[in-house]
This record gives sequence, C-alpha cells and structure tokens, in this order.
Amino acid sequence: MPETTSFLHHLAFGIYPYIAVLVMVLGSILRYDRDQYSWKANSSQLLRSKGMRLGSNLFHIGIILLFFTHLVGLLMPESVYHLFMTTEAKQMMAMIGGGILGGICFIGLTILIVRRMTDKRIRATSKTSDLLLLWMLYIQLILGLISIYYSAQHLDGSSMVALGNWAQHIVTFRSGAADFIIHEPWVFKAHLLLGLTIFLVFPFTRLVHMLSVPVKYIFRTGYQIVRKRGRGY
Amino acid sequence: MKIRAQIGMVLNLDKCIGCHTCSVTCKNVWTSRAGVEYAWFNNVESKPGVGYPRDWENQNKWNGGWMRLGNGKLKPKIGGKFRVLAKLFANPDLPEIDDYYEPFTFEYDRLQKSPEVKTPPTARPHSAITGDVMDKLEWGPNWEEILGGEFSKRSKDYNFGQMEKEIYGEFENTFMMYLPRLCEHCLNPTCAAACPSGAIYKREEDGIVLIDQDKCRGWRMCVSGCPYKKIYFNWDSGKSEKCTFCYPRIEAGDPTVCSETCVGRIRYLGVMLYDADRISEAASAEDVEDLYQSQCDIFLDPHDPEVIAQAKKDGVPDSWLAAAKNSPVYKMAMDWKVAFPLHPEYRTLPMVWYIPPLSPIQSVMEDGRLEKSGVIPDVQDLRIPVKYLANMLTAGKEEPVVHALERMLAMRAFMREKTVEGVTDLAILERVGLNEKTLDDMYRIMALANYEDRYVIPSNHREYAGETPFDNDIAFEQRSSCGFTFGNDCGGGGETRKNLFGNSTHKNTMSGKVRS
Repeated sequence: MPETTSFLHHLAFGIYPYIAVLVMVLGSILRYDRDQYSWKANSSQLLRSKGMRLGSNLFHIGIILLFFTHLVGLLMPESVYHLFMTTEAKQMMAMIGGGILGGICFIGLTILIVRRMTDKRIRATSKTSDLLLLWMLYIQLILGLISIYYSAQHLDGSSMVALGNWAQHIVTFRSGAADFIIHEPWVFKAHLLLGLTIFLVFPFTRLVHMLSVPVKYIFRTGYQIVRKRGRGY
Repeated sequence: MKIRAQIGMVLNLDKCIGCHTCSVTCKNVWTSRAGVEYAWFNNVESKPGVGYPRDWENQNKWNGGWMRLGNGKLKPKIGGKFRVLAKLFANPDLPEIDDYYEPFTFEYDRLQKSPEVKTPPTARPHSAITGDVMDKLEWGPNWEEILGGEFSKRSKDYNFGQMEKEIYGEFENTFMMYLPRLCEHCLNPTCAAACPSGAIYKREEDGIVLIDQDKCRGWRMCVSGCPYKKIYFNWDSGKSEKCTFCYPRIEAGDPTVCSETCVGRIRYLGVMLYDADRISEAASAEDVEDLYQSQCDIFLDPHDPEVIAQAKKDGVPDSWLAAAKNSPVYKMAMDWKVAFPLHPEYRTLPMVWYIPPLSPIQSVMEDGRLEKSGVIPDVQDLRIPVKYLANMLTAGKEEPVVHALERMLAMRAFMREKTVEGVTDLAILERVGLNEKTLDDMYRIMALANYEDRYVIPSNHREYAGETPFDNDIAFEQRSSCGFTFGNDCGGGGETRKNLFGNSTHKNTMSGKVRS
C-alpha cells in the first residue's frame, strides 16, 4: 500500500474516531450547558401530521434497534459470543436481523424524507442541519443495506470479526485498530466513515434529543410537580 | 392539611363586550414572535361555536384532561406513562396548525407600491410559514366572531350536549355570548402530568403553572394533555409555550396584562387558599356533576382562625392571608356563589372562573309571563339556555347556575328599585338569600368594579422561602436577578444571534412583510 493511502487510512480509522467522539462529547456538554434552550426534539408534527404516524414510528423503532444491535454486535468480544454461537451464525443473524431492521427504518426514513423535501411547510421550516442530517442518515442506511450484499460474498464472518476488532481496539485505546480493516470492501469503510461523521455532527443537530429520553418520567412519583419559591431552580 | 395559596381569576361574562383588548394586548406582549403567531395565550370566542382550536372542548376527539378509573384513581385521558412514551414519535392526539389556523399576513406593500392599474390593487394573504399566497382563507383567528358562519357548523359546539339545538339556529331564538379564555392554572394540571421531561411545574407560592423553557424537550404531550388547548407548540423554537399569568407582574403585585387592559372591567384577581392534600380527592369525585362542589370544598375560609394558623405554619406570608380576606375571587366563588369553573368535568380543577352572563328575556311581551311576583324574571326565560351555560360551567348541573343568575337578576332589580324608585325592596333579596350588606358588597365589586376591588394581589415574598422567617441570603440573591427569560438561564434563549447550535429559520413573521 502506498504511503499516502496508508496515512489517510490511519487518519480516517485510527485518529478520526477519537476526534469525532471527542467533538460529540464536548459539543454536547457545551450545548447542554450553554444553550439548553436549543436542546429539543424539534418535532414538525404540528405543521403537518400526515406521514408522521407511519414514517416517524417506523424510522424511530428501526433506528433505535439498529443502534443497539450495532453496539452489541461490534463490541461483544469473540470469546463471549462463542459461548453461545459461532461466528458464522452471528454473521447470519446480523445479516438477517440487520436487513429486517434496516428495511423497517428505510421505509420510515423514505416517508420522512419525502415529507421533508416535498411539503412546503416542512421545507420552509427546515434548518440546514435538519436536511443534512436526514440525508446523512439516509445514505448511511443505504450503505448499511448494501453492505449486506458484500457480507453475503463470504459467510465465514471475517469482515464482521475485523470490524469488531477495529471497534474494540478503538474503545479500549489499543493501537493498530485501523490495520484490521485495511483490506475490507469500500462499503464498510464508507459506512464507518459516515457513521463517525454522524457522531461528529451530533451536538450541532437535533440528534441531541436522544440523550433526553425521558426515562425518569416512568419513575416520577405522582403526576404533579410543584416547585418551591426561593433560590435557583 | 397542607395549605397553599394561589392567585385565581374570575371573569364576569355578564360584562364582556367582546372587544378583544385582552387578546391583543396579550399578543403584543407575549406572542408576537415567529413560531407562535398562531398562538393566543388569551383569546375571546363567540359562543356557540366550535372555538379555537376547532372543537377544543370535545375530549372524545382530543383526549385532554383526566379520566376516572374504576378504582377511583385518575389517569390522564391520553394515557398512563407508558402510553405517553409510546406516543413520542408521532402523537395521535396533537392538533395540526390548521386546527388553530395557518398564520398569514397580507401584501401590504402592494397597496403602496402598485403601478397605476384599472382596478384597485389588492393585498392578498400570504402564509407566514411558507410565504405562499393563500387563495382562499378557510379559517383564521376569530373566524366565528359574533356568530360568523353557518349554524350547522357552529352548532357542533360541545356545550349543546343533551340539548335540542335546532331551534337555536332560528333567527328568533338565536343567542350568543363571549368566552374569553386563557390558561386555567389548574390545581390538578394534566399538562404537567403528561410532560415526560418534567418541565411543567406549578409554583408553590402563587399557583402559576409554567413551562421551564430550558427543560422542555418539545415532546408535545402537554398540548394533548391540556383539555383547554392552552399550551401551544412553538414551531420555530420547537418548545411548548403557554400563558404565564404575567408572573413578573403578579410578583410585583400588578394584575396580568389581560386584566389590566380590560375595558369592560370584567376581570378579577385575588388569593384563594386551598388544601393541597385534598386535590386528588376533589378531582376524582365519581359524578362529574359533583366536581364543581368538590372543588369548592377544598377552598378554605380565609377568616377561619384555624386555617390562618395552619397557613402560617405552611409558609403563607401574612400579606397573602390579609389579601385572601379581601379576595374578590373568594367572594364571587364561595361567598356569593356566582362564579364557576370552566368545564369542571375535565377534572383539572381550573382556577380561572366565570360568572355566567345574563341575557335578554325571550318573548316576554307575548305570553305575559313577566309577572310582578318577581320584578325578577324567570331565569328560564333568558335567551341563553341555562342548560348551555351549565354544560359549560358545572358539567351540566343547572341548579348552581340558576342560583347565580337569580342572584344577579335580583341585584339588578334591587338596585333599580333603589336608585330609580328610591325604594329598598328587601323582599327581592330574601328570595335569593342575600342581605343588604352583602348586596352592597356585590354591587360595589361586580357592578362598579373599581381597580382596587378587582385586583387584590399581594406581592411575592421570595425571601420567606428559607429556613428563617426572612432569609437575607435569598433576598440578596434574588435582587437584580433576571426577572423573565426564555431559557439559557439569564442568557435570553429567544435571542436572534446566530450560534453553532441551530438558528431560527424564521425571523420576525409579524412584521407585516411577506416572507420571500
């Protein structure tokens, strides 16, 4: 491999992950602290509810499950999942499961994209970040779906193991992470790179609302909230 | 017993002239911004009509307010906590902006800049959201003003429930009244219960219900939870907003903007003491017709020494207890029984109450029913059907409304005899259970309605919130702090400065300029 390609590869998959995550974490903290008024889900349902019921529900259910399955799939070490399944079985599960969830998410996201691009009210109230984010997610989703085709070329799970090793080395700060995926097909690399970029833009988009999942609501005792007068709330 | 105080409001519908000064002054102060141009924290509806947003009173459609379960417990009608969370992605109970109206402005520029043309130039309406021409306006603020539109549409009014409404569509039998509406600052607010973020809270010291603009995440469940549809989703900021009861003014002892500017002098503000421990008991009365009474039952007599002692123990300042004794709201709601909550059947225990309007007497001349047994006419002869008012104010129970209307008619008759004929006819008063002293009080407060009688508002006492009776730390900490802000602490939040974390797509949508 020529030296510049190798350098770019290490920059993209060895160093960029840390930059992206750092920006995500610091940016989110900064936004929460300095500009909480902007921290919101930014729903546009008030302006047009058509398409929301199907589109938004399918998209959200799909993407939430995809997020967690990616998390588990990438970060669970081989030694752990070998206790109950083989690498081949895991890849098969990832392909089928990912395909189904990706399909659900794809239908939802397509509805939402059509709505955002064609509905004049929604278009007029879209921020640049809303459009950018939606297309990034759409491309990312399509890349993910295309990668199923590449995975199907070899059912031994080697790509999956390579990607897992990369992710596990990144999160455990071990060197040489990028080397694991140097020979993987373009689609995986593109998927990773775009994924990392979504982390990078996270704090500057409406994505921050996912950090505000109202879990506490379930545990809130009683329905009423009364604030005492007096010093700072 | 846990005593809390709240500034309540009463609106005397008998004197409302429907001038919309309250709505306009409120709008100028609070909602003349992008994202809330469609929102009226205060609006005045002509009734009968479907109102704003359309058909808001019909909770079979919107699922606002509370429902009583078989075991006597209450649950928000939109669902329990898990059901609420399941609606986060797409909320089936959320009105669309067209249910309010699509905000618009006119091409005013054209009127001035048009070249010479054969026909006068017109100023067409443009959407404030998209900037597009709106060929035909189908709905807008106050679309039903003074019975605008066909009766067949207006008669969808929820308050016609269990009534033969067709006859009121006839010209001879038609009737109307104004209903100014704002946030009810309920004792049992469903909006707060439905808010997944916990951003909506009731202030302990004065009962004002507010949305913390920093904590609001725009899950928009409050919009559905509120049966009065008095929480508005700001489509530009992505956060919900509501009537603030002009709390910066109330804290200083001033009336709200809508009250201050009311030319008909119909609004009253005063302290109400209530037992916070009995809120759920009052809100969960089995029969909806009992809800008016059950809410009255948790209001406490400010003259009762036991109540005063307990209130002091619970941290109600002396100035508030003194104000409670002079509260016009307490007098109207509790002493004279002439004011009623709006739609108690929603079980939110609203704190903005209404005095039902009198109306002209129907066809009295023809059938000669106005006998002198009564200088007082029969309430059933009034043009506005009692059942209609009862559906609005007492969940359908007619007796309390009849009683109030009789007292108001008696007051008129008595004062007329007194000032025109010079006769003090106490028999008129006895029939409705009033004495002359009470009537003088009623007349002074309801008819003359001087400023100081309408607004008995003690100023806020933040410094009493600490451990000691007067906490210097709190007092000095509060001094010079920002009074009102949209969020970001004192940073503004509503500011238009560009920043990294997302900027508004719409600047001033209420400038009278068409969006290009």
